[in-house]
Amino acid sequence: MKKLFLIGLKDVKLAFRDKAALILMLLAPFLLTLGLGVVTGRFSGGSSNGISHIPVVLVNQDGKQLGNALVAVFQSKDLNGLIDPTVSTDPAAAYKQVDGNQAVAAIVIPSGFTDSIIPIAGTFPISGTFPSQGQTSPAKAILIELYSNPTAPTSVGVVKTILDQFISQVEVGRVGGQVAVTQLLASGRIQVQDAQTAGQAMGANQASASSQSTSITLNNSTPSGQAVKFDVLALLAPGMALMFLMYTVSYGGRTLLTERNQGTLPRLLVSPTNVTQILGGKMIGIFLTGAAQVLILILGTTVLFQLQWGDPLAVLVLVLAAVFGAVGWGMLLTSIAKTPGQVSAIGSALMLTFGILGGTFVNMDNMPAWFRYVTKITPNAWGVDGFTTLALGGGLHDILTPILALLSMGLLLFAVAVILFSRRGLTER
Amino acid sequence: MTAILEVKELVKKYGDFTAVNGISFNIEEGEIFSLLGPNGAGKTTTISMLSTLYAPTSGEASIGGHSVTKEPMAVRNLIGVVPQELALYDDLSAYENLVFWGQMYGLSGKTLKIRVDEVLEQIGLADKAKNRVKTYSGGMKRRVNIGVGLLHQPKLLFMDEPTVGIDPQSRRAILDSVKALNQQGMTVLYTTHYMEEAEELSTRVGIIDHGELIALGTQAELSRRVGENDTLVLHIDENQNGETLAAAIRNIHNVLKADITDHTVAVITPEAEEILAPVITKANELGIKIRSVDIKEPNLEAVFLNLTGRALRD
Repeated sequence: MKKLFLIGLKDVKLAFRDKAALILMLLAPFLLTLGLGVVTGRFSGGSSNGISHIPVVLVNQDGKQLGNALVAVFQSKDLNGLIDPTVSTDPAAAYKQVDGNQAVAAIVIPSGFTDSIIPIAGTFPISGTFPSQGQTSPAKAILIELYSNPTAPTSVGVVKTILDQFISQVEVGRVGGQVAVTQLLASGRIQVQDAQTAGQAMGANQASASSQSTSITLNNSTPSGQAVKFDVLALLAPGMALMFLMYTVSYGGRTLLTERNQGTLPRLLVSPTNVTQILGGKMIGIFLTGAAQVLILILGTTVLFQLQWGDPLAVLVLVLAAVFGAVGWGMLLTSIAKTPGQVSAIGSALMLTFGILGGTFVNMDNMPAWFRYVTKITPNAWGVDGFTTLALGGGLHDILTPILALLSMGLLLFAVAVILFSRRGLTER
Repeated sequence: MTAILEVKELVKKYGDFTAVNGISFNIEEGEIFSLLGPNGAGKTTTISMLSTLYAPTSGEASIGGHSVTKEPMAVRNLIGVVPQELALYDDLSAYENLVFWGQMYGLSGKTLKIRVDEVLEQIGLADKAKNRVKTYSGGMKRRVNIGVGLLHQPKLLFMDEPTVGIDPQSRRAILDSVKALNQQGMTVLYTTHYMEEAEELSTRVGIIDHGELIALGTQAELSRRVGENDTLVLHIDENQNGETLAAAIRNIHNVLKADITDHTVAVITPEAEEILAPVITKANELGIKIRSVDIKEPNLEAVFLNLTGRALRD
């Protein structure tokens, strides 16, 4: 085990002493993130972020103030271009649209939602909440249901953020209204029999205020309740980091073939070091180099661009999982290629292809469903999904699927690489 | 004396090509054994099999009683390998290289540090140990390459043409260090195509050509194969009929043997200077132009010529 780490650490040291590699590992993704940030207006206050025309189906069974207000929010001018809302009366038809990839989410506002918020006879029921993605609502009238397409997590995240904001405002209004009515009663300014009317009036005002969506743009609430603004760089930076991570893993794989040609691999093979230790050490070296690269980029963008990546622990876990998945590709590539040049050529092609498929340049949520499934062969797609979820306020439990997918990908590809290496041997030229 | 290395009928084939064809020899503890042969003779392939890098196609070899095929790890602990090509990390310093390779041989802690310092002194690079290898001259790199093979104080050291492509001064330093290591008790298997190196270093010499061990013994034993005879080497043009010339030369008085190989006629004679004139006369009579003539007194090269009809560097 010790030798694995010694070989791995030696590779990390060599990678960070290679100036050309450093430029591609760190400088290039950093500059491209900066450049795309400038192009998308991130540094000048613009809002072009590549996410647009998110198709959402609204089913308003409530038909009263708050239900109408929520529909109005999604149809507001502020969200024009970002959201493409359609209104339906049939929840089943809405689900079908989501299942058929015609919409990324359906929001079902159940009958009685407004009445459950606006006070009746001096009682103040709890506010509306919604279940997790993809689940159908239980029969409780006060729940708003968000039925979403799991293949479009970024767009769903945006919709969820808007919905969160609306519910947050309603909740603030409800509590405020309760306090106000209670104080009005206590001060004798209204009578008990007028309390319901006053409460309803406040509810109507709240509904009206909630539909004024100037504050509901791409804002999001963290689990702690702290509001953070969704940053276009939160999409670009992970995309770039993951794209150039593919360079790093192919570079790492290439070193195995380079070592074969420069004689250090044969020298290792005649030392008391077995093939498993050498391959494992190489994998650890690539893994540590990749993890260091991504973490440096995260630290750099956090310090220099004030980019909020989200929950630090979840980010760290996701980084390690993404690097593991990418290392699997690097090892597979190395096991197939015969020369370092082949690894470079195929690695560069793979880096760009995976970058595009992974959503580095184009938001894949707007692509056909089958295409979105194809993108899932890349660690980039899973990684971008996970990082976006975290930037939108998600936690570790929200990114379990990407993490499991990335770990499985890495394990599977490494196993295939080991089989290929064992068939042809490490010293074959 | 005990044999530390035993090789029996070792064969290595790559498809239809036979790189090593059934060689057998032993090396006794404390010997410097040289495998002498031209490029492509099978020296490196032999070392690759003995050092467990390549599996032999057939045959067997053991080091310190351990089979190279069945107990490779035990063998690797006993041997040190100095490969023909430099096998170092250019972006690491000599010190870092030695530490890394020492760790691969299981050294650690104080032992590792002591050995690294000793080896740096031994190869004369203690003052430049912190410089990256890529900044070194060819000779310095060669010395580090050798140093790596010495770190764990192997019982048997394989040195595969360690002086190829370096300056005379570095070459001399390497040859001296091989002798010093041997005096300290290390057994060395040294491959070379330089006859002078084999003559200077070796206790015994194996001459290898086309994958076969064509002669084996001490230098004195090998020289007796050509006796006190000289070898006259005639280089002729490519379009000349060397076989006709060789046949004519065989009829000259005092010519013991004349063979043609690759436009070179090797003539074994007790008196090279005496037969030179009649040889040239024969060539003129046949209209064959001789480009150059060499006279070689009895040595390993003459043995090689005698056995193969070719010079070592051909």
